[in-house]
Amino acid sequence: MSELQLKDLYSGFRDPDTIKALAWAIAAEAKKLKEPLKIMEVCGGHTHTIMKYGLKQLLPSNIDFIHGPGCPVCIMPKERIDHAIALAQIENSILLTLGDMIRVPGSKSSLALERANGCDIRALYSPLDAIKIALENPDKKVIFFAIGFETTTPMTAAVLEQMEKRGIKNLYFHINHVLVPPAVDAIMADGKAKINAFIGPAHVSVISGAKIYLPLPKQYATPVVVSGFEPVDVMQSILMIVKQKNENRCEMEIQYSRSVTLDGNTKAQEMIAKFMKPREHFRWRGIGDIPLSALELREEYAAYDAEKIFADILPTEPIDDHKLCICGTILKGLAKPNDCKVFGTACTPNNPMGSCMVSSEGACNAYYRYGEI
Amino acid sequence: MCLSIPSKIVEIDEDNIATVDTMGIKRQVSLDLMLDEVDVGDYILIHVGFAMNKIDEEEALQSLEVYQEMLEAMEEDERRQVIEDDDNCDSRVET
Repeated sequence: MSELQLKDLYSGFRDPDTIKALAWAIAAEAKKLKEPLKIMEVCGGHTHTIMKYGLKQLLPSNIDFIHGPGCPVCIMPKERIDHAIALAQIENSILLTLGDMIRVPGSKSSLALERANGCDIRALYSPLDAIKIALENPDKKVIFFAIGFETTTPMTAAVLEQMEKRGIKNLYFHINHVLVPPAVDAIMADGKAKINAFIGPAHVSVISGAKIYLPLPKQYATPVVVSGFEPVDVMQSILMIVKQKNENRCEMEIQYSRSVTLDGNTKAQEMIAKFMKPREHFRWRGIGDIPLSALELREEYAAYDAEKIFADILPTEPIDDHKLCICGTILKGLAKPNDCKVFGTACTPNNPMGSCMVSSEGACNAYYRYGEI
Repeated sequence: MCLSIPSKIVEIDEDNIATVDTMGIKRQVSLDLMLDEVDVGDYILIHVGFAMNKIDEEEALQSLEVYQEMLEAMEEDERRQVIEDDDNCDSRVET
């Protein structure tokens, strides 16, 4: 093979024969495992790859997955969804957010319902569209409800930078950017999920670098492999984990070497640091408060911080999930979607009760779409 | 949410916006977050309207080569298996 074609970046990493070859190699190595492997794939994107391509069925019975909390929509507690709804209800406002947030139920309503009631709520293809909308609507308050892990955070910073450059005064930010490592620490500190290896989200590391996972192997004696999202990537990562276990190694390795480096995108990191800082407390759905697990705008940008400007209309009390919904337990890695009584019956993608069923990255959504009902 | 799409740069304009080809679909993305210099013909990862990084072609090719070797190893093993099965079969017939 001499020159790389764009199609190779897709088909090369989805090739059925390669998946089969990796399954064969894993089967041979897994016979030597001293204890069953319980791999947490932290990111919902990996959960979807595993379900969509039926990877679990290709693996020996001593390898199992524990689905992680890496789905920004799933971990949003109800009170913050209520924030979005309250902001959308402000007269002369336009609320902007990304994709799946629109359908997640809050305590009484959802953004989708509020939109049907006449609120101006828009799902963006790119956060940069917020600039265009703010410029086109100078007499309106345009509020960007920003969500996402490390992968999506620099895009919000880029919007802030453009806003500053163009002197835009009618754009506000409700920041809900969260961080992977503190969430993993919280799950491990809880200790109930018996995890002995991690598949690390690679696109998070494209930005933050693979270095953010370096403490994990030391702290918890678990291998970590930073993996791409195609099925071949995930299968190769599993093989790398099994080999580490068999060789008594416990390291951070990068499988997704075509895009991840140890240091990541330092320009994006600097841009984030210019506008945002760690938030003292952030409540995760199901997991609860995790200190320093999210970001907020720096003091200098308080005039654009929707949480400060509109503080008087934003609810502050934590709101728990419906008692039948076990999203929280799933996010902690303690249950699987089909352990839930309402899974696929009272809770479906068209009529979701919990966030894990709404998001295209949620574990319940993946199980519903790709089987195991 | 955290998914991103490999694309090829077709054009770069003065506003730091690139037109990219994503398997036949043309779209525009911002290069504001790019650490590395990029040029037309480079492969980049796209996430919510932004380029995140340049894809390392050498690394991608190396991975694909490793998979090719693994495939050959599996096929070799399958052939050996067939021959062994065949041998066992023959011996059963003879006895």
